[in-house]
This record gives sequence, C-alpha cells and structure tokens, in this order.
Amino acid sequence: MTLETLVEQLDLKCKCCWEKLKAIEVNGGYAGDLLSDVMANSQAGNIWVTRQVHVNIVAVASLKEHAAIVIVQGANPEKETIERATREGIPILVSDLPEFQLVGRIYQLIGNG
Amino acid sequence: MPSEKFLEGIYYVQGRDFVDAGVVSSDIKRALKEKGIPESVIRRVAVITFEAEVNIISYADQGTIQLFVEPGAVTVEAVDIGQGIPDIELALQEGYSTADDSIREMGFGAGMGLANIRKYSDVFTLTSEPGNGTHLTSVVKLDGK
Repeated sequence: MTLETLVEQLDLKCKCCWEKLKAIEVNGGYAGDLLSDVMANSQAGNIWVTRQVHVNIVAVASLKEHAAIVIVQGANPEKETIERATREGIPILVSDLPEFQLVGRIYQLIGNG
Repeated sequence: MPSEKFLEGIYYVQGRDFVDAGVVSSDIKRALKEKGIPESVIRRVAVITFEAEVNIISYADQGTIQLFVEPGAVTVEAVDIGQGIPDIELALQEGYSTADDSIREMGFGAGMGLANIRKYSDVFTLTSEPGNGTHLTSVVKLDGK
C-alpha cells in the first residue's frame, strides 16, 4: 500500500515531503519510543509509529530507511525535526489517535507487510 | 593474498551534542554505499555506528569513530575521552543504564545500545579505563551473520 493511500484512509496530517507520498510503498510497520529498540528491530520500508517529536527520530528513520514517521496523539513535531526530515526526505505524518488505536488501524489495512 | 585494512575515514563526535546525533552515522552509511558494500552489511553497520555515536554523545566529552574497510569486512572503532565504564559486564547487560532523565526523555538510555552493538557485530571488543575513556571495536564480516 502506498503512503498516500494510508494518509487518506487514516486521516493523517502530512508535515513534510508531500510530493513523496504517492511513490513510497509501506511494507509493514514498527511502533516504539525507545530509539535503540527501533534501531535494532524495525525494517527498511516500515512505517514507524512513535510519540517522540524531537530531531533524533529523523536520524533513526533515515538510517533505517523507513517509509515515514507517524507521530501519535496529535503531538507537534519540533521545527528542527521537520527541517531535518525535509532535508533527508522522510515524510512526517501526525495522527490524532493514541498509539494503540493507530497501530490497530494500520495493522487492519496492511497487516505486517 | 594478505588482508589489508584501509582507513576509510575518521569522524569526530562532540559529547552532549544531541542535535547532531546520527550525523556521523549517516556520513558513514553514505561512504559505505559509495564503496559498493552490500546493503545487508550497511544496515548492520548503521545500527552499530548510531549506538556508538549516541554513547559518545551521552557519556563522553568527545570521541572519534574510525571506519576501516577491507576485502572481507568493515571495522568500526569508537574511541572516546570521558568517564569510561567501571564494570563492562554490567554495562553489556540489556536494560542496565546510567542515563539521566534528560537522556531518557528523548528515548535514549534504555540500556540497549551496547547489547545491540554486540548483537550486530561478528567480532566485538570493549575496553575502558574509568576516568579516561572507552575503546570499542566492532567488525562486521561481509559473509557474516
């Protein structure tokens, strides 16, 4: 499933890299707020669901080649996070849902890949 | 044929500079891609360098990460000047951490970093002089794990 479809289906707000949504395929997902856990266990092409908003999440997503980052609970990414994500080409999406509900919805749509 | 280990680059890491955490790891990843190193190896090295970089930023005053490439392997050496590790066996236990709250709030300091580095390495050595600094060497073989 493309990121664009996921954004439409889940009513996600896109904070940067809109132009990439159509072309990026999501192959599964990972949820976590501990950066070392995400580094060790997520896969390239995953959509990463987190409550973290600071700039270091972009480094993790970029190194792991994630499809996108989704921030939950309607939290606002820091300005620096959006700037870095724009430079690295990592779409930042925001959902108003809490993490558990959002992961459930994503899983219903794409399964585990 | 003798195996030659070439120094590919030396990268400087400044302690407590969390804003730039990951920049050195990204530079190393790019360098390895340019060398044509296989994706699976690059992905493992990326985890190792990120954790090593974050450790220097979190716990040391400053340090360097050196990248060596040889025909069969990639070697990462992280050397820092800082507080060092008094008990290495304890530090390697997953979940053990001396991170303060400011580090944990950002999602670092979960006590998984060194364990991750060991898990993703084919050869792993860690030595430290408390009060002086830490020396970590990690080798990822091209035909490894």
